[in-house]
Amino acid sequence: MSTGPGDGIVSTLVGFARTLRAAGVDAGPDRLQAMVCALAELDAGSRSDTYWAGRTTLCAGPDDVERYDRAFEAWFGGEEPARLRPRTVVRVPREAAVPATAQQGDDAAGDPSKAATASEQEILRHRDVARLTEPERAELRRMLALLQGPAPTRVSRRLRPAARGPLDQRRTVRAMLERGGEPARLRRHRRSDRPRRLVLLVDVSGSMAPYADTLLRFAHAATTRRPGTEVFTLGTRLTRVTRELADRTPDGALAAVSASVADWSGGTRLGADLKEFLDRYGQRGTARGAVVVVASDGWERGDTGLLGEQMARLHRLAWRVVWVNPHKGRAGYEPLTAGMAAALPHVDDFVSGHSFAAYEELSAALTGSGRHRA
Amino acid sequence: MDRLEIAGIEAPGDLSARLDAVGYLADEGVATAAFLALRMGRPLFLEGEAGVGKTSLARALAEVADAPLIRLQCYEGLDVTQALYDWDFPRQLLHLRAAEAVGVDDVEAVERDLYDRRFLIARPLLQAIETSPSVLLVDEIDRADDEFEAFLLEVLSEFTITVPELGTVKARTPPLVVLTSNRTREVHDALKRRCLYHWLDHPGFDREVAIIRRRHPEASERLASDVARAAAALRTQDLLKPPGVAESLDWTEALLALGARELDPDHAARTLGAVLKYREDQERVRAAGLEVLVR
Repeated sequence: MSTGPGDGIVSTLVGFARTLRAAGVDAGPDRLQAMVCALAELDAGSRSDTYWAGRTTLCAGPDDVERYDRAFEAWFGGEEPARLRPRTVVRVPREAAVPATAQQGDDAAGDPSKAATASEQEILRHRDVARLTEPERAELRRMLALLQGPAPTRVSRRLRPAARGPLDQRRTVRAMLERGGEPARLRRHRRSDRPRRLVLLVDVSGSMAPYADTLLRFAHAATTRRPGTEVFTLGTRLTRVTRELADRTPDGALAAVSASVADWSGGTRLGADLKEFLDRYGQRGTARGAVVVVASDGWERGDTGLLGEQMARLHRLAWRVVWVNPHKGRAGYEPLTAGMAAALPHVDDFVSGHSFAAYEELSAALTGSGRHRA
Repeated sequence: MDRLEIAGIEAPGDLSARLDAVGYLADEGVATAAFLALRMGRPLFLEGEAGVGKTSLARALAEVADAPLIRLQCYEGLDVTQALYDWDFPRQLLHLRAAEAVGVDDVEAVERDLYDRRFLIARPLLQAIETSPSVLLVDEIDRADDEFEAFLLEVLSEFTITVPELGTVKARTPPLVVLTSNRTREVHDALKRRCLYHWLDHPGFDREVAIIRRRHPEASERLASDVARAAAALRTQDLLKPPGVAESLDWTEALLALGARELDPDHAARTLGAVLKYREDQERVRAAGLEVLVR
């Protein structure tokens, strides 16, 4: 393009986009091209114009904005962008080091260097998964079969043609029109049913390590079977993995999840995670009228009062709350952990998740063949 | 002309001055995003907490462009006959009856007449394409079904609509499109890719005071800054629904109606319902003491 920024700037921006991708923002070539076009309309020598041109074209959500800010700071530093030479990719942490809830009133929020030191207190661990073994594959197939039953439904606003119901004026008139205005049979319609959304919150902390893999395979089966399912992992932070699980191949999906979850086998902050889920997703609509499954052993390192409060909030929003506790299957189990005791009053179904038979119980709760909420 | 042009706007600063003149105080980010949307002819995708001024930005842009604002409010089950166009069946039927009564022999002509433009009801998307220039606001896109997004994407990339009985309608000047979302669900990437994205944040203290005084000129500097400070304090508390600018404005209005000149604990207690809409939030703030809001 003739009016566009010079080649030097373009290669700088290509490097910046690579940094951004490393930070977890999906800044593909089309988005980058949009940024170059945007910059052509603005002053490419100005730091703030460069910042805004990139933010409007490369980001796609508030999470991206956070990562973008850190990547921008790391790549452009305090210098004027036009004078920059291309460099190698700058390493930027994928996630905010301090959970959003802890940032309030904390001056570390806007300062990447302080945020980086804070992250050292949290054990972050990525995990590499090998390809699924044949038994695991078979298990996945059986899970898919389990979830074949009908989902619980809610009444939609959408009207469908029906034999009985209120008069469908539009279709009746259209039918008459087709016959040149002669009276036709009356058409009727009624509200249709839609499946309720399924939301899975899977605890991936250390104490849940033996079960987390199976639970995530179950989550993949649920995503495949029920489009619109949302999946999050809980640990020392909340991670949304719905997008990663959308991969149709189980291998690809589970590898993507492992790559995006940064707090594998770490501690648990159930209450804080749940609060973050409700603040950012749940209350806006994700949890409303949905079937929400929390898979955790209820080991809460934080304040159990907060967990109880947030479970109550979740219970008011969701249509049904199911808690899966792998330890429940053991003989003589009592929900003694303080977290579990705080959560139980706000749970509709409490099921175990230690064996395949237990998944049948869970599926029954999810396909509506279980008992209905009073 | 392939995009909406507003004379005299050469830089984001020009746009923010013009927005200011119509009562919308835009910060650098909003002004730059809107400027780019105008210049690049791309839709502007706005996200942010409820009440940060997403819809009012579209309204202000329409005023600056001196173009009508055409609004499509999304909801679940929104379909093409509500968003695009519909045939006016009762009128068509009447027309047919009338033709029958008079007695016509040219059946083809009657049929042609039946699908004339005058029997077509333009819904927001068709209206926006037929009206040049115009600003199209697609409000709360996250409430529509995802199939609708795919359809919207098609309209937004071509700005042409084909009515099988009539032919293709193409926009002379594509409208400036503003989409808003409250993030009740994730909007498809393909749609976002077409758009320029902007995340609207709560305004800073000075800007909020300026917004309150602009909307309620009768409020004193003191009252406006009291309200802005209290609203900012409320946003740092753990509330289910932190107040947005819309709530600060409601609050100021309520305080003005009571004749308050400044925010004191008594007035705050009586008007808390204007700013906090959840019982839990009100209880939490009352328990923490209203004195912390009033300084």
